[in-house]
Amino acid sequence: MEKQRTDNLSLDSLWSGFAGKVWKDEIDVRDFIQTNYAPYDGDEAFLEGPTKETEKLWSQVMDLNKKEREAGGVLDMDTDVVSTITSHGPGYLSKDMEKIVGFQTDQPFKRSFQPFGGIRMMEQAADSYGFEIDPFLSHVFRDWRKTHNQGVFDAYTPEMRQARRTGIITGLPDAYGRGRIIGDYRRVALYGVDRLIEEKVADKTNSDTTMMNAETIRDREELSDQIKALHELKELGNIYGFDLSRPAQNAKEAFQWLYLGYLAAVKEQNGAAMSLGRTSTFLDIYIERDLKNGTMTEAEAQELVDHFVMKLRLVKFARTPEYNELFSGDPTWVTEVIGGVGLDGRHMVTKSSFRFLNTLTNLGPAPEPNLTVLWSTQLPQSFKNYCSRVSIESSAIQYENDDIMRQEWGDDYGIACCVSAMPIGKQMQFFGARANLAKALLYAINGGVDEKTKAQVGPKFRPITSEYLDYAEVTEKYDDMLDWLSGMYINTLNIIHYMHDKYSYESVEMALHDSKIVRTMATGIAGFSVAVDSLSAIKHAKVKVIRDEDGLATDYEIEGDYPKYGNDDDRVDSIAVDLLKTFMKKVRNHPTYRDATHTTSILTITSNVVYGKKTGNTPDGRREGVPFAPGANPLHGRDSNGALASLNSVAKLPYKESLDGISNTFSIVPKALGKEDSVQQTNLSMMLDGYVKTGGHHLNVNALNRDTLVDAMEHPEEYPQLTIRVSGYAVNFIKLTKEQQMDVLSRTFHDSM
Amino acid sequence: MTEQTIGYVHSTESFGSVDGPGIRFVVFMQGCRMRCEFCHNPDTWNMGGGTPFTPQELLDKALRYRNYWGDEGGITVSGGEPLIHIDFLIEFFKLAKEKGVNVSLDTCGQPFTYDEPFFSRFEELIEYTDLVLMDIKHIDNEFHKKYTMHGNTSILNMARYLSEKNVPMWLRHVLVPERSDYDDHLERLSAFIDELDSVIKVEVLPYHRLGVYKYEELGIPYKLKDIDPPTAERIENANRILKTHKYQTQ
Repeated sequence: MEKQRTDNLSLDSLWSGFAGKVWKDEIDVRDFIQTNYAPYDGDEAFLEGPTKETEKLWSQVMDLNKKEREAGGVLDMDTDVVSTITSHGPGYLSKDMEKIVGFQTDQPFKRSFQPFGGIRMMEQAADSYGFEIDPFLSHVFRDWRKTHNQGVFDAYTPEMRQARRTGIITGLPDAYGRGRIIGDYRRVALYGVDRLIEEKVADKTNSDTTMMNAETIRDREELSDQIKALHELKELGNIYGFDLSRPAQNAKEAFQWLYLGYLAAVKEQNGAAMSLGRTSTFLDIYIERDLKNGTMTEAEAQELVDHFVMKLRLVKFARTPEYNELFSGDPTWVTEVIGGVGLDGRHMVTKSSFRFLNTLTNLGPAPEPNLTVLWSTQLPQSFKNYCSRVSIESSAIQYENDDIMRQEWGDDYGIACCVSAMPIGKQMQFFGARANLAKALLYAINGGVDEKTKAQVGPKFRPITSEYLDYAEVTEKYDDMLDWLSGMYINTLNIIHYMHDKYSYESVEMALHDSKIVRTMATGIAGFSVAVDSLSAIKHAKVKVIRDEDGLATDYEIEGDYPKYGNDDDRVDSIAVDLLKTFMKKVRNHPTYRDATHTTSILTITSNVVYGKKTGNTPDGRREGVPFAPGANPLHGRDSNGALASLNSVAKLPYKESLDGISNTFSIVPKALGKEDSVQQTNLSMMLDGYVKTGGHHLNVNALNRDTLVDAMEHPEEYPQLTIRVSGYAVNFIKLTKEQQMDVLSRTFHDSM
Repeated sequence: MTEQTIGYVHSTESFGSVDGPGIRFVVFMQGCRMRCEFCHNPDTWNMGGGTPFTPQELLDKALRYRNYWGDEGGITVSGGEPLIHIDFLIEFFKLAKEKGVNVSLDTCGQPFTYDEPFFSRFEELIEYTDLVLMDIKHIDNEFHKKYTMHGNTSILNMARYLSEKNVPMWLRHVLVPERSDYDDHLERLSAFIDELDSVIKVEVLPYHRLGVYKYEELGIPYKLKDIDPPTAERIENANRILKTHKYQTQ
């Protein structure tokens, strides 16, 4: 039936009403968007509430959520089907009501079995929730089919294993999918899969006559995998009754096509962050065409967005409790960026930018999709105010500075995970988690000996033996230690990504990229503010070393006060800037796998708690085991000069030296933003304008009262949707561990008297 | 440059959102002669102490936040009682106006007098002032004396004078149960405000207890121990009598 119709649908009719030529001749979604989108300057008055079907479906979801929570976190899990793009028959919530369909398995809330990253991780995940992986499949992936995890450990050096164990580098994607790759899912809707296959076949043919060295052979094998994945994507369409071989012919199909592209990715990969990209303004073009043709109403348009977002909220992976503890709940980072400004100066806010944010009202707040507004001072005021309003109501939006990112990445970039910008379909990153710079400072003081395990982890340099720490001596030794750390760190990442490409390649995501792409080697920093404050204490106060019976420095006494990061005080903020520059410079010295470009981020996800636990007393006065500040935040309670002073300190960190992002999480009591609702909204948007103008990169905005959180800890059942922003993403507050909840409560809530 | 006057600053807040329009840098000057029973900043009373600043230094500190001010925001000088530092304020406001910054003065008006040398200094100051935020603690002179240790004559005079000069004002009234929350007093206050011409906003500030800990720290007896913050009904009542909605300029 569907097939027959296809034959009658010419490209002219499928693309009728769309202007432009470049995007028709070559794969160029950006050109399609720029020639066809309609900027919207108005306010939110046009928005529609949820339809009856939306409400019914969402209450079904809330019901399943509750059951999942009661079942201890996982409702159901595949144990004997390996997840591939085509591994499952269709799955539905309520088939007749769903405008957008498709689940990762044959049922909602059933987690898939994805062993290619590592079989042990899957076995542990199953075991912790009372399931058991089919013994034969365990056998296959333990003994016959090597996984990414096995490959990495085959190549790790003893030093790397030890560094990993003590937590000087940590959170590495060596036992799970690396993620942080964004397929250009829009291509499925705009071009149809057949056209994409044609292009890939041509790209492969291109190298038929070149010399077959390792690089070319790898490229050819990968292209073959990509082509195979695209065929499977078409098959996934067939399973749900759609013909993805051709372009989408209306908005409903465009949403469905795009979603199935994304679904194929999350069926194939259990990546740490499976982000969506930049879809709302693209999809708006289809909605506008249908509205103009009179084939769609505003209520139907909103319904489509609501149902699409509902699906994104239901992406789930089987992960171990330890993994969830590290990342707080089970985030998937389905990041979608909204807004921004085009290179021609027109802002890119459309009605669908509003519609996507409106899902936070229609369905209530939720951590996913990770809605990220690309903020520019040039966004229309009506949109700025609307964002602020939804932020204050939901605490579910993060903001990133389009004015600085546009210069680096153009106007068709998305955000992978939390703060990692990349042009869509043209760039990917090798996710590198982070190095613990606070611990590295302790290694510098102790000559490479770990302060907790007492093992010689770093090189055996001479430790500092003086009673008081001397700034010049400490910085010199720190410099040496960072030389060692950056080299060992990059080498570790090279191994990880070599093996990931080899054993757990993201075929469908890469099929939705150009064949020639830019790769970044994304290192990261943890313990940033602790390292900075420690250096400031050593420089501006007197820090006395307390040593244990083995002569190991285990504690510090500070005499006098010192300037602390987070107060807009250049005496310490300059140390922060220098530390970032120094680290980045050292990282750049080491060659990377596939010539990836070096970048770094100051982002801890929520692992600031776990990293803090693994790090001893530090010279800034922080006690052993106490959580680090998240991301680039000042340490809790040390930013005592008010909200803007804190923002100014973070904004001093140069984005160019930290192109993988600088995360700042900000909590403010709503009343501190102003008395009336309208004043709160304008003030929040003024604040964001100011942060962006000052050069800040990213801001998570939480507008909530501490009391709400305390109450939610005591009565979680009353707050099933309470969402808070943590570090580049949002979490469901009641899914946090008690420790993480306490950490959130201890953070600075900016208030004013 | 001639030698600049020194002002003594108790503290600053980079993100003020309630003391004037928009986002404001708020300076709390050190020292006040009033002894309002319900004051939430008793740590600013002491006439000695504070951090010395020249007008230029203070302005430089404030301008670090200029990016956040937009068209509406700016600087508010509060206290303590800023008018105690009037010579400093004149220089500070003048410098700020040269930079095109919106400046507000948050005062209780107690130091106001038509006597010289204060009066000409004050006339000069308001030339550089965009908005005055004024607290009227009590409309009745006797009660005012009882609860603040000072009468309200100078305060009401200042409000009248600012009205004559057409200086925009936000008038505020701290609503304290059993002190300043009686309908007849509120009505008298309302009548007084109605006579003024340049009031653009009237606010009821419900008494709160967030400053109580400071009394304990300072060892000052807290006289309102047994008084709870006003109920929502009483706040609504005060808003109604003072016709605050009528003055909403937003």
